[in-house]
This record gives sequence, C-alpha cells and structure tokens, in this order.
Amino acid sequence: MEQLIDWAFIVGHVNYWLFIVLMMTGLYVVVARGNLVKKIVGLNIFQVSVFMLYISIGKITGGTAPIFPVDLTGHIEPDPSIVYSNPLPHVLILTAIVVGIATTSLGLALIVRIREAYDTIEEEDILKIEREMTAEDNKEYGAAMGGRA
Amino acid sequence: MIETFIEIGLFAMLVFTAFAIVKTDRLFAVVMLSGVFSLLSALLFVALDAVDVAFTEAAVGAGISTVLMLGTIALTSRTEKKSSISSPLPFIVVLITGAALVYGTIDMPNFGDPMAPAQQHLAPEFLQGSLEDVEIANVVTTILASYRGYDTLGETAVVFTAGIGVLLLLSGLGRRRKDEDEEDA
Repeated sequence: MEQLIDWAFIVGHVNYWLFIVLMMTGLYVVVARGNLVKKIVGLNIFQVSVFMLYISIGKITGGTAPIFPVDLTGHIEPDPSIVYSNPLPHVLILTAIVVGIATTSLGLALIVRIREAYDTIEEEDILKIEREMTAEDNKEYGAAMGGRA
Repeated sequence: MIETFIEIGLFAMLVFTAFAIVKTDRLFAVVMLSGVFSLLSALLFVALDAVDVAFTEAAVGAGISTVLMLGTIALTSRTEKKSSISSPLPFIVVLITGAALVYGTIDMPNFGDPMAPAQQHLAPEFLQGSLEDVEIANVVTTILASYRGYDTLGETAVVFTAGIGVLLLLSGLGRRRKDEDEEDA
C-alpha cells in the first residue's frame, strides 16, 4: 500500500516552503504598507529569502564549507574523503548582496528626496498631493490646453 | 540531526522577526528588526556551509544597510502612519504568488541531495580547478576572482553607478533646506 504522506518528500522540501513563507511576508510588506522606508525593509526581507533559497540549493548533506585544508606552511593538502557544498551559488549570492545594498541605498536616497519634495513618506499622502496638484493644474491651464490634463 | 534542529530554530526566529516587522509601526524598531533578520540569516548561511556569504551578509545586511536606514529615518520621519484603507487584495495576491511558488518547488530535488543536477556540473570542475590551476584553498575566492571575475567587474560597475545616483540625489540637500528657511523667514 502506498503511503498517504511521503515524509521523505516533505522533509526534503519543507525548507523551500519556509523560504517562500519569508519571501511572501516581504512581498506583503511591499504591497500592503504605505510607508516607503517599510517598503524598502520588506524588499530586503524578500531579497534575503531569495539568497537563502539559492544557498540551500548548493547545500549537500554531510558536506562542509568549500575551503580546502592547508598545512602549517600554507600548502593545500587535499583530502578526498571530505564532501564540499557547491561553491557556485555562494559566489553568485556574494555578488547579489553587494548589488542589493547598492539598490537599497539608491532607494533610500530617493525617499529622502521625496520627503524633501512632498514633506511626507506615506504613499497615500503623496498620491493625495499629486491629485490636488493635477486638479489645480486643470483649473489653471485646462481650458487653454483644450480639456483636462 | 542536530543541524536540522538548529535550522528549524533559526527559521522559527526568522519568521517571528518578519511578522514583527509587518506589525510594528515605529520605524526605528522596524529598522532594528531588519538588522536582527539579517544577522539571523547570516547564522543560517553558516549552517548551510556558506561562510563567505554569512560574513558578507552580517557586515553589509546587518551593518551598512541598518546604518543607511537609520540615516534615512533621521532625515524623514520616525513613525508609520496607519493606513486608512485596509483591503484584502494584497493578502490574496501574496497567497496566490506563494501557492504558485510552492507548486514550483514540487519538481525540485530534495534538500541536500548530492545527486541533484545543481551539484553535477561546474561545481566539481571548479573544485578541481581551484586545487590544480589556481591553487587557492578557498574555492569561493577562486571562482569570485578568477572563473567569474567578469561578474565581480559588473558588480563594481553597479556599485559605482548607484554611488553616483545617490550623490546626485542628495547633493545640495543642506543648501536647498537653507534656501527654503530663508524664504520662510
């Protein structure tokens, strides 16, 4: 009789699902929250979850960090019995972390600039001010431009 | 076995931290929690054998980005305004996206499987090459600086561009503020 619940499958995949839970928490913060700084924090959570997913793909059970043992003089002494986890995802994610901080800092600088122009960092308030500005422009220039902007 | 328990414990803390970030509306607490989240993820990276990634994440994610965010809330505001409209739409979107992603994981090989396709190509060659051609003990260094050096060059270009962008956005911030104050006076 086939087992109703495949435990090996669940244990082998549960970490991917936990990463997805974290990822979706980040996405929820980005979509549902109006504060721009909080949106950036949510974006960071999402990003780090993706990093963890990538790193977990490179993990080998019983493996260790991909660094060869060296003797006292610094010469590499390879030991064929050691299993190493996949180093390629590590390298890709190292690059991604640094690119991530670059984009985060750009986003934060934009927030400072937005606050300067609108005096708020709440999405709702910014949209309200934008609408008022459009309405004013329509009142002033609408007729000359041949209708509403 | 013990590794699995450590990982599950770290996951539980990560999920708690993430939910706390959703619930908190004081931005200082949110920024601190995001630092906690980064440090916890660094611990998880160590458990997943990615030590280089762990200390980059601890330095960059928990260090620099926390400082940058603190600077931003110092220049802007400290609290989040409660949203007046609460719509179920974001939750539905997140649920559907999550379900689609979980569906996508069904085809993936088991966690830690040494026979997974990701372990069969390139990685063994890189390990061998690091030993014979480059002769560097840390394979991550070998790949970063040698085999995928162009990635690192591209990364430098991105960081440079972002730096110029930040400078252009923020330059003259103090000057403009002073002008405004004079106009008000």
